[in-house]
Amino acid sequence: MRLLFDENAPVLEIKDLSVSYSTRAGEIPAVIDFSLTVQKGESVGLVGESGCGKSTVAMAIMQHMGQNGAIKSGSIRFKGVELTKLRQEELRQLRGSKISMIYQEPFAALNPSLTLGRQLMEVPIVHEGVGEQEARARAIRVLGDVRIPDPERVMTAYPHQISGGQQQRVVIAMALLSNPALLLLDEPTTALDVTVEAGITKLIGDISKQYGTSQIYISHNLGLIREVCDRVSVMYSGEVVEEGTIYSLFTRPKHPYTHGLFGCIPLPSADKNAAPLRPIRGQLPLPHERPHGCNFGPRCDFFQAGRCDAKDIPMIAITGDGATADHRARCIRWSEIDFGATLARGQAKDPMEIGRTVLEVERMQKYYEVTDRSLAAIISGKRVRYVKANESLDFDARRGETVAIVGESGCGKSTFAKVLIGLETATGGEVRHDGQNIANIPVRGRTSKQIGSLQMVFQNPFDTLNPSHSIGSQIARVIKKFGVETDKAKIRERVLALLDTVKLPRDFYYRRPRQLSGGQKQRVGIARAFAGNPSMVIADEPVSSLDVSVAAAVTELLMDIQRKHKTTLLFISHDLSVVRYLADRIVVMYLGQIMERGTTEQVFGPPYHPYTEALLSAVPIADPQVTKREIVLEGNLPSVLNPPKGCPFTTRCHRKIGRICDDERPPMQMAAEGHAIACHIPLADLRQVEPVITARRDQGRPQVAQHT
Amino acid sequence: MAQATTLTVPAPTSGAALPRALRSLGLLRESWVGMVGAGLVLFWVAVALLAPLIAPFGPNATLVPFQKPGAAFAGNASVPPGTFWLGTDHLGRDILSRLIWGSRTVLTYAPLATLCAYTVGSIMGLAAGYLRGWVDDVLSRIADIILSFPVLVLYVIIIATFGASPINIIFAITFASGPGIMRIVRGLTLDLRSREYVAAAETRGDSPWRIMLVEILPNARGPVIVDACLRLGYVTITIGVLGFLGLGLPPPNPDWGGMINEARSMAMAFPHMTLFPCFAISSLILGFNLLADGLREISLRD
Repeated sequence: MRLLFDENAPVLEIKDLSVSYSTRAGEIPAVIDFSLTVQKGESVGLVGESGCGKSTVAMAIMQHMGQNGAIKSGSIRFKGVELTKLRQEELRQLRGSKISMIYQEPFAALNPSLTLGRQLMEVPIVHEGVGEQEARARAIRVLGDVRIPDPERVMTAYPHQISGGQQQRVVIAMALLSNPALLLLDEPTTALDVTVEAGITKLIGDISKQYGTSQIYISHNLGLIREVCDRVSVMYSGEVVEEGTIYSLFTRPKHPYTHGLFGCIPLPSADKNAAPLRPIRGQLPLPHERPHGCNFGPRCDFFQAGRCDAKDIPMIAITGDGATADHRARCIRWSEIDFGATLARGQAKDPMEIGRTVLEVERMQKYYEVTDRSLAAIISGKRVRYVKANESLDFDARRGETVAIVGESGCGKSTFAKVLIGLETATGGEVRHDGQNIANIPVRGRTSKQIGSLQMVFQNPFDTLNPSHSIGSQIARVIKKFGVETDKAKIRERVLALLDTVKLPRDFYYRRPRQLSGGQKQRVGIARAFAGNPSMVIADEPVSSLDVSVAAAVTELLMDIQRKHKTTLLFISHDLSVVRYLADRIVVMYLGQIMERGTTEQVFGPPYHPYTEALLSAVPIADPQVTKREIVLEGNLPSVLNPPKGCPFTTRCHRKIGRICDDERPPMQMAAEGHAIACHIPLADLRQVEPVITARRDQGRPQVAQHT
Repeated sequence: MAQATTLTVPAPTSGAALPRALRSLGLLRESWVGMVGAGLVLFWVAVALLAPLIAPFGPNATLVPFQKPGAAFAGNASVPPGTFWLGTDHLGRDILSRLIWGSRTVLTYAPLATLCAYTVGSIMGLAAGYLRGWVDDVLSRIADIILSFPVLVLYVIIIATFGASPINIIFAITFASGPGIMRIVRGLTLDLRSREYVAAAETRGDSPWRIMLVEILPNARGPVIVDACLRLGYVTITIGVLGFLGLGLPPPNPDWGGMINEARSMAMAFPHMTLFPCFAISSLILGFNLLADGLREISLRD
């Protein structure tokens, strides 16, 4: 049976959709009263923090909600056809042909035991019944469209033989092969590096124009949504709280939650001293404990008892003040609230005093030995090869200072952290902490004072605490181990004091990690790192896996504690916007080498290293007042086993000047006091480069952008 | 994010650990398979505990031989009258009483042997999985060698060499099932050792054994408990088999496997002598297996 589509109807029309999951705790409403219309060729963003129901909406559109999910009410129409009433075989006609979905992790979406060509050709063969020859021709054509450099070769390759960015391109190609009318993208670039993400994002935009495909783009990243979408719906606790065009919503957010979100992201206008982030207080209500009336009520600064909690709040159209017609917010007080009157940014704080040098790194090297057991290697005699994870690193950090190490995955930033902490030992060079060279002392050879004064906050909040032990005992263990206190009662007292410091209730002492949210776990991780009174703390992407509002709170907390203890913070991150916000000095790394280092202002303004320039351009910014120069890097990160002989960045550099880049190591050029750039291009030429990010301040959002 | 914290909060008190453990056991109610298994196991545990009270006769008392099930016993000088509910064997011992007393043997030695096997297997698995390198190579090769022998031959060799005694049975079972347990624990350890809390323990300079026993082992407990339950069943079989082969506990003390062995030649004429011990063994093993299935089922649910 063929489905009859109405080509004049909107591509997708969702009305009053409610979806529930049944679990042990009873029925949990995941999405409530959700409406959305997507016209042909339009790109709509769904943005919200984890648990807000955005992925459930996508699953409901696909009619694939698993065993325990069910649509309770409402309708989903695709080109006039009601999806909720279709039978399984009718749905199969739609899925993957009219509606395609692209998931977060490309390596999980591709079958590792089939060639990419086979997987691509399957789509037209199954859905349209075309022959092998034509399917093959179409697959190659689409691979060219998603800018895969060598489609013929990729057709015969297996998924593991191409990079993550390439894999996601293949997944997109697969989704496009059947020429779908609607593309659902669920965080398609979250698992990728920023420079790769920039390429994919641009591709998705171009493709939808070329194919006229409508898109629903799900993301937690407001900046990304701003770059790829026409309209956006902001979700909170199962409901849309605000929707509108990108410009209208981003310049004049009217719902306190949306407004709060903007206060949580490190926009270029934020500054850790003058205009710190302003986290949203409280936390997301559990789905079965949502408050009466406005869901955001308990966390809202503009909450009025009796009005906001009286009844369910409908979506209300926003008028005036240059708002577009379809700008709506779920707030009855939107016209009364004057965001300008309240300080959207947090309280200003005094800058930190920078003290003596705490860490000196001199020509530090870390090589890993790899034994090649292949026959060719045995014949040629080159059996041992080296992975140069860190190649002659040089920098220092002072007391009270925040030094950020920035780079994409595989640049050696985590290896460096391991050497510092003593999980690995350096191959060469010196690392002096408080005057003592610790480069070659593994952690078990260090004194407990040395260990205690150099601690680490880990990346993954779900992994950082041992699920089998209580919070209190895990912090107490550190105190005992480093001999800060020995008396049992005193240890306990100190643990409780530390819980106060990281703003957690004292009865968390006996809680288990699984009873805590991600942000709370990360707070415990911070408490544990500071338990031994460290002079220096290494934070390895401590907020990268947290939600925006939680990340803001944890970032602020980390800096407050740093301020109080005058600790040196070594902040490792791939996210330049966070780094700009909190770092005093920045080290940019690529393939184990330092490309550029200097103060934050120096690194973020010209002269740039071409890699820094590309990184800056790649980071999406959620501020429509900011314009960026577009630089998309071609190619993939070279293998660490076989790095380029000359400058490591030469294979992808958009400013390559010639043979010298391939053949010779670039010199460290001093652009200013403390600002070093490793590049062959003369400084005079680099100085000519325009800034990547320029802010138009003439009509800026007055509430937020009051500081520069 | 809980930010509203007052500093005057009274010192927290410890959450009771026992009710929590009981509550998670209560989840077993969601799986009827698990409930049936738990019921069977608990039935035999109760029987073993109450043996002196519920057994109608002494396990080794020779009364009237070759009685059919349900035959009445008139009583004699030292034993009061009663009924042989499951009949008697060729020496005139009451089969029901021997089954009841025999449950004590199996329910003592099966858990004890499993525990010993687990202690050895876990330590080997932790060391191999966490320390890697030559320790892993040596331990894994030892395990491979032991696992390449037919298990039954291994038992016969060990017990025939060292003699049939409870200690030797436990030793034989530990020796034969330790390597299998080691492989499971090693696999779990390989996964858990890359967790950040292990890295956190390493960066504070904790000793490897502390990391293995305190940081890693407790987190491997889920799959280990399920496997232990299944393995209890296998060990019960093994003890039965050893008894049947005459390598079990020395007579005359009741042992289910031994009872089958003794009555084997008369099975055609007097089936009740072999059938009832067989039922006892299979119901206990079924109980362990269903319980393991139930535990696995509830651990997979969210």
